Amino acid sequence: MTTDLSDLYQQLIVDHNRNPRNFRVPPDANRTAEGDNPLCGDRITLYLHVEDGRVLDAAFQGSGCAISRASASMMTQAVQGKTEEEAGRLFKAFHTMVTSPATAPPDTGDLGKLAAFAGVRAFPARVKCANLPWHTLHAALAAKTERVSTE
Amino acid sequence: MTTASRSTVSRAEATGRAGHVADVESLRADFPILERTINGQPLVYLDNAATTQKPRPVIEAVRWYYEETNANVHRAVHTLSQQATAAYEGARAKVQRFLNAAESREIIYVRGTTEAINLVAHSFARPRLRPGDEVLISAMEHHSNIVPWQIVTAERGATLRVIPMDRSGDLLLDRYVDLLTDRTRLVSLVHVSNSLGTVNPVAEMIRQAKARGIPVLLDGAQAVAHHRVDVQSLGCDFYACSSHKMFGPTGIGALYGRAELLEEMPPFQGGGDMIRSVTFEQTTYAVLPHKFEAGTPHIAGAVGLGAAIDYLMALDRDSLERHEADVVDYAVERLRAEPGVRLIGCPTRRTGAVSFVMDCAHAHDVGTIVDQAGVAIRTGHHCTQPVMDFFGVPATARASFAFYNTRSDVDALVSALARVRKVFA
Repeated sequence: MTTDLSDLYQQLIVDHNRNPRNFRVPPDANRTAEGDNPLCGDRITLYLHVEDGRVLDAAFQGSGCAISRASASMMTQAVQGKTEEEAGRLFKAFHTMVTSPATAPPDTGDLGKLAAFAGVRAFPARVKCANLPWHTLHAALAAKTERVSTE
Repeated sequence: MTTASRSTVSRAEATGRAGHVADVESLRADFPILERTINGQPLVYLDNAATTQKPRPVIEAVRWYYEETNANVHRAVHTLSQQATAAYEGARAKVQRFLNAAESREIIYVRGTTEAINLVAHSFARPRLRPGDEVLISAMEHHSNIVPWQIVTAERGATLRVIPMDRSGDLLLDRYVDLLTDRTRLVSLVHVSNSLGTVNPVAEMIRQAKARGIPVLLDGAQAVAHHRVDVQSLGCDFYACSSHKMFGPTGIGALYGRAELLEEMPPFQGGGDMIRSVTFEQTTYAVLPHKFEAGTPHIAGAVGLGAAIDYLMALDRDSLERHEADVVDYAVERLRAEPGVRLIGCPTRRTGAVSFVMDCAHAHDVGTIVDQAGVAIRTGHHCTQPVMDFFGVPATARASFAFYNTRSDVDALVSALARVRKVFA
């Protein structure tokens, strides 16, 4: 199967890699989680400010490839203002989309701009990169303390 | 076993290069996988430090073994078993000649370099180490030459010391001399670095350790495919290597150990094949090398390794070494001239590997994009996280070479890097 690089590195992803949004440490963060894919060298620290079951702020720090960085950037935008339950549903929808077979059209449901990551399906080695920030989010929402990895 | 028929490939003539390159082009025909296309492009295989490709005689030897000679070794009186044993032990003699060990019983079959190092850690170091003793490794070791020593030194209350390196990726030899003390029980050193390509001055370093009576293990995983190794002239006590990094099958490797030391060492694993007699009260162990080879070994792997050695030893290795050095020098020169590319390490003597990072892209993105152009490189920390930390990078892209690589492979890589810049422009 031949794959097209432009499916993976869509302009939106390239842009979020170059200028990641919410790349900061929020002073009022009350949930943090660490994600680490040591084999490829992706590391993320996710900060959430959650009050009354709602994500008031989400931001991240770390270093990684374009896919993991853009994924973290777009994820922090997507979950701002969402309830924990809504953010959890988004995690499931994203995870389902990127791990579905590349041969069928992706189920992008309510994912909006996040549908840009459907391109990773044709690059199996990169699915873990897109997923790392989301699994880190999942851990932060569950207030888990152990480090997350998608490798 | 003879090498497969060699067809002349016209690519060398098409690019108008010198005679020795034409020889390489014909040798490429021995490696069936090099005919493959990847993502619609001819495969450019630059991940030889991870594993090398296999020439037809190796593939045929493994097939021959299973089709003609498959039986267990050292056990039965039947003909097949005798033939399998002869093939298995014959391959050991080839490894002995390949490394120029004095005796074939000094060659222990293992799964690979990692297991060889673990064997020495378990059977040589562990019984000898006392609290306060030291094991000395270097700053550029593969994890497989770090973790076994951490385990065994922690267990014995000993200390792991590290020879530092400089920004070029050369070991600081004056510091090395200072680190050799009365407490040093073993030096375990990488011959050629897998992530930086550094060829360490091992002969001199062994001499310095031996002058103080300190035994030395060399991790030769990245050396044997590129250079002739003579364990007697090096004077090392142990030498570890993997078959799959020298054109042989995976799952088999060799540990050379001086007979005198191996004789004194307790077994690594217990089981069948490594015993002389067993009662519930007492077991006496088999003689070398069988004492260290418990259980049914990877017989087909050993046969394939023997074929890889036959193949290598029939080649003009000096000329191939010159060719490979030319290709690696060319890669360094081209990559250095590329905008936005930074080489990691520029060792005094380099073989095999060139690591780099790009300003515009993480190593992982570089790997994916060049793969779309058919170019296979490794990206990540290469099981040398301390080296990444030292150079302050999370990961590198690494192009690593074998004698079948050419300057055009380097050109293909460099063109593919232009695509990386285009994606992230």
